Amino acid sequence: MDIEKVDRILEEHEYRHSAIIGIMQDVQDIENYLPEETLRYISDKLELNLTKIFDVATFYKAFSLVPRGRHTIKVCCGTACHLAGAARNLDQVERTLHIKAEETTDDRMFSIETVNCLGACALAPVVVVDEDYYDAVKPGKIEKILSYYRSESER
Amino acid sequence: MKVSVIIDGQMVQIEQGAPIIDAAKKAGIFIPTLCYHEALKPYGSCCLCIVEVIQDGQRRLVTSCNFPAAVGMEIFTNTARVRQSRRMIVELLLVRCPDVPLLQTMAKQMGTGLSRFKTREANECILCGLCVRFCEEVVGVGAIGLANRGVDREVATPFKMASDVCIGCGSCTYICPTGCIKMVSDRKTPNLRSLKMGNCSLVPCPNSYQCETCQIEQEFFKDIKRVIAEFRSKGQ
Ligand code: SF4
Ligand code: SF4
Ligand code: FES
Repeated sequence: MDIEKVDRILEEHEYRHSAIIGIMQDVQDIENYLPEETLRYISDKLELNLTKIFDVATFYKAFSLVPRGRHTIKVCCGTACHLAGAARNLDQVERTLHIKAEETTDDRMFSIETVNCLGACALAPVVVVDEDYYDAVKPGKIEKILSYYRSESER
Repeated sequence: MKVSVIIDGQMVQIEQGAPIIDAAKKAGIFIPTLCYHEALKPYGSCCLCIVEVIQDGQRRLVTSCNFPAAVGMEIFTNTARVRQSRRMIVELLLVRCPDVPLLQTMAKQMGTGLSRFKTREANECILCGLCVRFCEEVVGVGAIGLANRGVDREVATPFKMASDVCIGCGSCTYICPTGCIKMVSDRKTPNLRSLKMGNCSLVPCPNSYQCETCQIEQEFFKDIKRVIAEFRSKGQ
């Protein structure tokens, strides 16, 4: 990641140690993951021990140390979604993209994640792509949903 | 300011806000601990040191290694509730670490043994954080930290790579109550010590402590010589 960009983020957060989560969120917003060199650089600049940064980075599920795809597909596997057939949806997403949950496609286009409840149980089973919610998803609809993001990326 | 507290019927005076384990020490009462160390800041992760406290008419269990003493506090270190809770804690730790002698002994002393719970994956680390805190607070290096969360929480170096800041002092080996960080000599590089914990290894010096021939060290010497020379020339 560009040093200037990192510096800008650090400046926005006034080099505060307490802002480490915010800083990492900003980095991840740009890069989709937390590159190791960037974390090392941040550690140097903030004079904050790398072990602390690594702790935070591995503690929160929202952070990733490996590159993620441009689009993140979250399949809700909470109780309501599970009962409504989330497992079949997950299967279908995995089969369509040829990767497993928590993995990223080779072209870095898609990552699959499972989540444990999105608080939208009335819409079960829910699949969320980036910020878009899809309700009452059936395995048959998966391909169509994904192709929308594929073509959007090409545009 | 000093405050008086009553611990197991004895009146003792300790600093206000000091952890109540200090009162126990003063009164000569033993409280079992695992994550407590006098040289370190209180942490309160093992909960083995729990005692019962009556404060403002409320009776509750607190961890004595980090609970601050206050005026009029009454402390009980050996009630049935305390013993029962400690037994449970040791039992649970034993589930995680069935092969650690210290925990086995503790369990025996408390009258419990092999647990009714299932071991998920035998481990030797109880996550007391002593090694991490010692390395940071006393050694001042911070080579190891805690990572991940929940059942995956573990002691690790950043990115789980050989540490480039660990000085190989061995403090972590020494302080670990369960003996799960081992210092081993490396056969390939005889002067190199590695600290092993599971599959995470700390390899301190890339040049086997051969400082005289070390590139890094030579640069450093050059710098020092330059600084001294500059200093002298200024003085004249
Ligand atoms: S041996 Fe390394 S990791 Fe252990 S306390 Fe010393 S500096 Fe820290
Ligand atoms: S390695 Fe030892 S000292 Fe460090 S957290 Fe685990 S049990 Fe405690
Ligand atoms: S010694 Fe108090 S919580 Fe561990």
